[in-house]
Amino acid sequence: MRIAVTHTTSYHSDTPARAVQALRLVPRSLRGQTVLSWQVRVEGAGGGLRYTDAFGNAVELMASHGPTTSVVITAEGVVETEDTAGVVGFPPEAVVPAVCLRNTALTEADDAIRAVAATCRRETALATLHAVLDGLHAAVAYGTGTTGSFTTAAAAFAAKRGVCQDHAHIFIAAARSLGLPARYVTGYLLTEEADAVAHHAWAEAMTPDLGWVGFDAANGQCPTDRYVRLAAGLDAAEAAPVRGVRLGAGSETLQVNVGVQASQSQSQSQG
Amino acid sequence: MLKTQAYNTGNDTVCFDEMLRPDFSARECYRTLFEWLQRQSPGGIRAKQAEADAIFRRLGITFAVYGAAEANERLIPFDLIPRVISAAEWRFLERGIEQRVRALNAFLHDIYHRQEIVRAGRIPSELVNGNSAFLPQMMGFDPPRGVYSHIIGTDIVRTEEDGFFVLEDNLRTPSGVSYMLENRETMMHLFPELFAAHRVAPVERYPELLRQTLQSVAPSGCDGEPAVAVLTPGIYNSAYFEHAFLADQMGVELVQGSDLVVEDGALWMRTIRGRARVDVLYRRIDDAFIDPLNFRPDSMLGVPGLFDLYRAGRVTLVNAPGTGIADDKAVYAYVPDIVEFYTGEKPILKNVQTFRCSIAEERGHVLEHLEELVVKEVHGSGGYGMLIGPRSTRQQRADFAERIRANPGNYIAQPTLALSTCPAFAGSGIGPRHVDLRPFVLVGDRVRVVPGGLTRVALKKGSLVVNSSQGGGTKDTWVLED
Repeated sequence: MRIAVTHTTSYHSDTPARAVQALRLVPRSLRGQTVLSWQVRVEGAGGGLRYTDAFGNAVELMASHGPTTSVVITAEGVVETEDTAGVVGFPPEAVVPAVCLRNTALTEADDAIRAVAATCRRETALATLHAVLDGLHAAVAYGTGTTGSFTTAAAAFAAKRGVCQDHAHIFIAAARSLGLPARYVTGYLLTEEADAVAHHAWAEAMTPDLGWVGFDAANGQCPTDRYVRLAAGLDAAEAAPVRGVRLGAGSETLQVNVGVQASQSQSQSQG
Repeated sequence: MLKTQAYNTGNDTVCFDEMLRPDFSARECYRTLFEWLQRQSPGGIRAKQAEADAIFRRLGITFAVYGAAEANERLIPFDLIPRVISAAEWRFLERGIEQRVRALNAFLHDIYHRQEIVRAGRIPSELVNGNSAFLPQMMGFDPPRGVYSHIIGTDIVRTEEDGFFVLEDNLRTPSGVSYMLENRETMMHLFPELFAAHRVAPVERYPELLRQTLQSVAPSGCDGEPAVAVLTPGIYNSAYFEHAFLADQMGVELVQGSDLVVEDGALWMRTIRGRARVDVLYRRIDDAFIDPLNFRPDSMLGVPGLFDLYRAGRVTLVNAPGTGIADDKAVYAYVPDIVEFYTGEKPILKNVQTFRCSIAEERGHVLEHLEELVVKEVHGSGGYGMLIGPRSTRQQRADFAERIRANPGNYIAQPTLALSTCPAFAGSGIGPRHVDLRPFVLVGDRVRVVPGGLTRVALKKGSLVVNSSQGGGTKDTWVLED
């Protein structure tokens, strides 16, 4: 499937301040996806500093020239995808799988997560991970409003409700508690019903034979050809497409618009 | 003034004295100093000590002691009797230290790349990859010249004639080198005749060597003479004096995070003449605080985007972030294996026997022998949070046993070492006091071990804790040349 993405992130503030942002907004070609074209434009800040981080993400650092009230970042491109049943394999990257057993504040399992995870043990890592996927999809409802960007896996699991970030964090916490390396992945999803969508997040876990495999607990499935993979990290904070620091006082409003479309289909925005 | 019979009776433990043999004859490297000490009058020494104290007070070399309510800053006591190390002893130490720092830098390169040592089963994966001092963000990055730890202060203790042990490797941001330099300058001022009678290896070139080392690891794209700056957390840091001192001695800028800005793909410092580029940053700020964008977001001390700039090869951070994994107290027990793995040689310097409380068998031994052992927190430093078994009360041991059981991975234990003693001026006379040694090593285009270092001395009679935060003092350290 050919998927076109336009992803705009805008920051506006009432008082001018310096802005420094690290962008992880460039997908890479790997098993299941080929990046046909991609570009990132930034208004209000200069950049040009690029490197590949430990997880293989292309990072670009943006810094405003002096104080600014507005930064607008637009990532745009076309990706050719195919359904690999979520299998990403062994893409070239510096990080070793064992690093993905490390917990962060957002992905620390509590007793409740550990207990559920323990009931999911099966013969193989892959079967275990599918059991975790099914279990979490059933146990945690999808819903906005109860959780925020800093909600931990444990808190979201206790609330039995969350958004894709929470489902991914809980899945990661459960997998790591079983000794299976897992990580957070950001990307885009073209939904079945509207044929359009927004930014999405899911998890990847390591299996000995297949390598990294994606698990989307929010939708109870492994990624298909309707998914575009953007960046990976130990948790949502590390893999964030835009991570910024604003140096100065005053409040800030953030708006994210993502349009994802199958070639020639209609786009839709989500705030 | 020194009466040999009185010298040793003040000593309540039987241990190796670096000046006198058990028969009260002086060891060769101390002979001249020993004879000189015997000619001095108590009043003369006391007057020199007062003069030395006045010099240090004027220089403003003070040390902030955390948690000491009565005085935020005080002078670190300086003992004016130098510690002497023979040329042969130094050659041995120098070889051992160089072997160790090369191996530890190779270890850092390996664990931030393919982790061959983990694959080979020589060190547990969890100990490296699960360690809070290990920074996954560093994986796959090649620092200039492959050097991670450029400035090292290896802590060495001695228990007998040939018994040198490494106590800690200090690969993060070791401090104390300013005391080494100031102690020497003060001694040369006070006792020119003693320097005339000895061939003491110079330490004065350290700031110049430090600058050369820093410039030698500039990013590969840097053209012209690399610009160096020293990044300090500020005046409230206990080692602020040293940060200012080193910047001044090297002739480079001393900056704080608020003086620096990441812009146009480079690091700049704000100066009164506009912005000036920085190629190499000698940072005296802990990893967690160097960059709020990449590490602790609440850090006010760092520079947003600094780590991204570093990974992109536009600035060199010294020491590299993530070096702490190599001087982690739990990793310490594996250093002899690390030396063998990367050098193919037997370690020249010995490790102190270390029991890991994370391992049930070793923990059992520790809990049964608390009275004989020194227990340390894995991530502690500066002599805080430790138990010295032989000097502890029953209650203290019970408290520690409980803490070990609650969080075993956080503790290691070592035998109480009979640290060697050196003569120190102890108010009423000269007596033996326990010492350790922190030589300073620079790793850039080559490895340089400055002959000497900082000798720390436990001025309290019988005390084994030499940390300045616990009332220890310092001495000048003389490495004799052949």
